[in-house]
Amino acid sequence: MATDSISLPLPQAKSRSVVLDWLCTVDHKKIGIMYVVYALIFLVIMGCEAILMRIQLARPESNFLSAEAYNRLFTMHGTTGIFFVAMPMVIGFGNYFVPLMIGARDMAFPRLNAFSFWMTAFGGIFLYASFFSGGSLLQGGSAPAVGWFAYAPLTSPAFSPGHGVDFWALALLVAGVGSIGAAVNLAATVLSMRCPGMTLGRMPLFAWMNLVTAGLILVAIGPLTAAQLMLMVDRYLGGHFFDPAAGGQPIMWMHFFWIFGHPEVYILVIPAFAFISEILPVFSRKAIFGYPAMVAATAGIGFVSLGVWAHHMFTVGMPSYGNAFFALTTMVVAVPTGIKIFNWLATLWGGKIRFATPMLFCLGFLFQFLIGGLTGIMLATTPFDWQLHNSYFVVAHFHYIIVGGILFGIFGAFYYWFPKMTGRMLSEKLGKWHFWLMVIGFHLTFDFMHVPGLLGMPRRIFTYQAGRGWGIWNAIESVGVIFQATAILIFVYNMVHSYFKGAVAGNDPWDAWTLEWATSSPPPDYNFSATPTVRSRRPLWDIKHPEDPDWKYE
Amino acid sequence: MSATATNVAAEAAESHRPSRGRVGMWCLITAESTIFLIFVTAYLVYMGKSVSGPTPDQILTVPVVTTICLLSSSFTMHWAVAALRRGNQLMFQLFWFITLALGAIFLTGTLREWHHFIYKENFTIHTNLFGTTFYSLVGLHASHVAVGLIALTTVMILALFGKVKQEHSERCEILAMYWHFVDVVWVVVFTVVYGLGR
Repeated sequence: MATDSISLPLPQAKSRSVVLDWLCTVDHKKIGIMYVVYALIFLVIMGCEAILMRIQLARPESNFLSAEAYNRLFTMHGTTGIFFVAMPMVIGFGNYFVPLMIGARDMAFPRLNAFSFWMTAFGGIFLYASFFSGGSLLQGGSAPAVGWFAYAPLTSPAFSPGHGVDFWALALLVAGVGSIGAAVNLAATVLSMRCPGMTLGRMPLFAWMNLVTAGLILVAIGPLTAAQLMLMVDRYLGGHFFDPAAGGQPIMWMHFFWIFGHPEVYILVIPAFAFISEILPVFSRKAIFGYPAMVAATAGIGFVSLGVWAHHMFTVGMPSYGNAFFALTTMVVAVPTGIKIFNWLATLWGGKIRFATPMLFCLGFLFQFLIGGLTGIMLATTPFDWQLHNSYFVVAHFHYIIVGGILFGIFGAFYYWFPKMTGRMLSEKLGKWHFWLMVIGFHLTFDFMHVPGLLGMPRRIFTYQAGRGWGIWNAIESVGVIFQATAILIFVYNMVHSYFKGAVAGNDPWDAWTLEWATSSPPPDYNFSATPTVRSRRPLWDIKHPEDPDWKYE
Repeated sequence: MSATATNVAAEAAESHRPSRGRVGMWCLITAESTIFLIFVTAYLVYMGKSVSGPTPDQILTVPVVTTICLLSSSFTMHWAVAALRRGNQLMFQLFWFITLALGAIFLTGTLREWHHFIYKENFTIHTNLFGTTFYSLVGLHASHVAVGLIALTTVMILALFGKVKQEHSERCEILAMYWHFVDVVWVVVFTVVYGLGR
């Protein structure tokens, strides 16, 4: 059978240069790697921006950065982190592994896939071109300085002259088109390209969660695109959408932005759930606990997340029933999320746990994501939010989710799947250094960040007076950055070094159960020489244990 | 032999999977719907909030003829695809052309309306909040009609060269899904702008 299916004459490999080969590729694996590498480059860039900001804030009344440069840096840090690090990272992993896990040859629309990547890539490059236009480079060129959610009317030409906002709006519009294309592709791949026997109920949770993410992208990016179009109508054509003088309402921007902005959090964290749900079982040597509940909880989170956006707006003066509604829906998110946490714990329970680096990052995720979720529930309580809105407590909360949760999940995914993507193992020794330094740095920075927030330190101030009691906490936060930066440097070195010198991985270094481990590392262009047929949720277990296959019990 | 057998078995197993083209188009329609939803919301929220004139009832006339054209183009589109599925080239090309023409009439109607507003009434996107929301919403829809017309024209040219055959009927059907979507959006836009808004 295997020989039959490759008996067709193979197309002759064209003698193209390697660069051209990557630029023109429509292969989901190459595009996936390009997404991931692109996101890594921007991760380092946004990290450098964070370092500059932490140097500025390390002591009171510092003159390291000007107020203007500081504003540009936090805007670029936030925008880059969401749109050009987290989004391409999770989409890249989805791109690479969804087709492999469901036994497909490629994504549903390979050319759309390449188009989506290049749109996203162009968006990021365009945003960063702003540094090199107008003003001096040290002052940040004409980079946007309006914050990552760019509230109106600050974005109007009167308050934001120059082209900072234009760079921001156009970059996000273009990247949004890329994200929608990627989501169309992921959804169509999962729904239409599964191999024989791969029913929805047997699909790896990774594929399920990517499907939910794709659905969320499809309904959440549209409002952002619409809002950017309105902003451009206002800025270029003299429209009045957010112009109070002509009857427009700046609060409408807040609504439109957060209708996108809150589901966006789940667009980023659900793929992290997907990583965890694949890695935890393999390193606990048990099948995932509560598969149907996990699927239902993911869909539930996706649905509820569409109705929580105005918890970002408790302080704008909504009517009390509005506040109550959004406080309640936000707390409801805790229910399916709690189901997930307990399912992961139950997967660990009684397992034969291997503390390899991917597993360490997943355990870090579990712990930190839980705490981030708990501060989220605190902030969902309207009166509490009135007290702490726009303070460093909020900044600490969402960095707990994005760094402690999503980024730790992404690191786990790197250590787990790097062998499949390159054929080489990452160094475990360096990986453990990476993990522990990251944990120490993360907790130094973001645990202590809650305190100045509680003491009343607002976010987005470029400096503060001595004697407010904030200095020591800010100094500790900045020290944490040294650890985090070292950890990232070790990670980058580990990847480069292991790519050339790492131990050869073989097809299945972790003794895992999903289909991507059935093919070679890295997989050939065609993924599988014969289309696989699946009979259970763990097809590789069935192959490895023919005497006791899973499908007997499912 | 065994390869053929495998293929047959695989095809049988795959047959219950939805076509990727259809799924893709449904996804695109979902994403597009949310964009329209936000613009319609903005229109409804800002209705009657302009601080200066003109108001909708002073200026808007209901575009009855062009609306009938656009809505009937959905039927001709349906008949065109049905004809292609049966392999009836003549009827396919005829109805496809009528669809194209009806869409073009609609777009011309919008252009004439705008030309009248801008040059005769001095009413632009900058004039007041009503102008901003009106041109944005109607323009967003019109741009979708324009994209649809470009796609329809491409298929028409290919069809005239005999390149569109019975086996391409599914692809035409997927394009038709987009066209129907644009029509449905017009029903909403029409109701909001020329009904509720006036």
